Amino acid sequence: MQDPNEAMQRRHTVSSFDQELTDLTNQIVQMGAHAERQIALALKALVERDDELAEQVIEGDKAVDRLEEEIDQHAIRMLATRQPMAVDLRVIAMSLKLSNDLERISDYAKSIAKRSRRLSSAPQLKPLVTIPHMASLVQAMLKDVLDAYIDRNAEKAMEVWHRDQAVDDQYNSLFRELITFILEDPRTTSTAIDLLFVAKNVERMGDHATNIAEKIHYMVHGVQINRPRSGQP
Amino acid sequence: MVATQAASASPAPHSPPATTKVSARKVNLWYGEKQALFDVELDVYENEVTAFIGPSGCGKSTFLRCLNRMNDTIAICRIQGDIRLDGQDIYDKGIDVVQLRARVGMVFQKPNPFPKSIYDNVAYGPRIHGLAANKAELDEIVETSLRGAALWNEVADRLDQPGLGLSGGQQQRLCIARAIAVSPEVILMDEPCSALDPIATAHVEELIEELRDRYTIIIVTHNMQQAARVSQRTAFFHLGKLIELSPTDRIFTSPEHQMTQDYITGRFG
Repeated sequence: MQDPNEAMQRRHTVSSFDQELTDLTNQIVQMGAHAERQIALALKALVERDDELAEQVIEGDKAVDRLEEEIDQHAIRMLATRQPMAVDLRVIAMSLKLSNDLERISDYAKSIAKRSRRLSSAPQLKPLVTIPHMASLVQAMLKDVLDAYIDRNAEKAMEVWHRDQAVDDQYNSLFRELITFILEDPRTTSTAIDLLFVAKNVERMGDHATNIAEKIHYMVHGVQINRPRSGQP
Repeated sequence: MVATQAASASPAPHSPPATTKVSARKVNLWYGEKQALFDVELDVYENEVTAFIGPSGCGKSTFLRCLNRMNDTIAICRIQGDIRLDGQDIYDKGIDVVQLRARVGMVFQKPNPFPKSIYDNVAYGPRIHGLAANKAELDEIVETSLRGAALWNEVADRLDQPGLGLSGGQQQRLCIARAIAVSPEVILMDEPCSALDPIATAHVEELIEELRDRYTIIIVTHNMQQAARVSQRTAFFHLGKLIELSPTDRIFTSPEHQMTQDYITGRFG
């Protein structure tokens, strides 16, 4: 079996094709960096009850949407003009999917920012511990999976894939905890549900990071990953 | 647990049990001192389109021409190995080469109609092979062949006009009609669309898809997208060697060999 990384690094006869592929990779990385920042700011807004910052996150989502459009246009133009095959085809086709995953992640950050504005005007139910912890796991996953993308490193991507279980476990335990709050004091229902949605959003971000890992695996090796992972409550 | 599996390495859906039509074993070929083919071994399945790809001079056309002994006409050409059609050695002394070429027809890169009428172009083969008992039967063969080559509707009212008066795309379909008029089992196509415009190419590709039901087709092409579109399996040749023969959808999404990958993605040399 060939070494896929070597295959991707070898130059094309048409050098402008190499440049376009590099540009496409850079666009994905740039979009990924934006999405990472959106998560960090959304969590900061939530923890510090900072409505102004929450506004920024909501506003910042538009930039991520724009990047997704640019990536899609670029990739579609390359499909038309280069008629890519094999590894090139996989890189370009997966960029369309990766941009979608990153866009979803940014959307979840926006949702968290919106919830954060509501939560900031209500009394605190309990100190926020689990959600920031989950978010830090997801942020690290996203960072590492983007590094794996830059390096075209499927093994590193799959290492991230396995880490999502920890996020799911945290979510499930928080889920039970918040249900207990509601049962003990129904007046906490509204706040508990808001927190539950925030946690769900973070958990979904983790799922998208694992999607990205799967797509990197396909991009590098040309074979799909079987996914017998569970984790949904 | 992470498990991987080959992406759609399954055989083409239309043919559950593939029957081998042509098989080649240890085929070596020399033009004088220069060896052009090295131990080529492959099987071509019945009612499938097999595409041969590879850079110029890789031996794909040379190998194609071995399959109906077209290389016999080249004095300095020497061939070794075993090539069988339906299990029968086509280089056996008892083989009638003219008969073989009726069973294994050929379409060339440049349309090459005879300087005769459209009718006579198609009727030529059936006449010399004595396939028609009378004029009515011959008319029938000509019509069926022209219909089979998706040309009938365009030429039915001018069969007596010269074949060379047709457009390039029509000429190529006329040559395909001429090839199928003698009821071949295998059709070899050596870059049949490289001299055609995109619309004429589309007509020929459409035709290849239809012909596959009745014939076994081997097509040499420089157009990778064409190989991807029309064939079920693709063979990649390089410097006289067969590098890889895989299901087409596999070869163009994730080929097994580095050289195949480099070639089809434009990273060669």
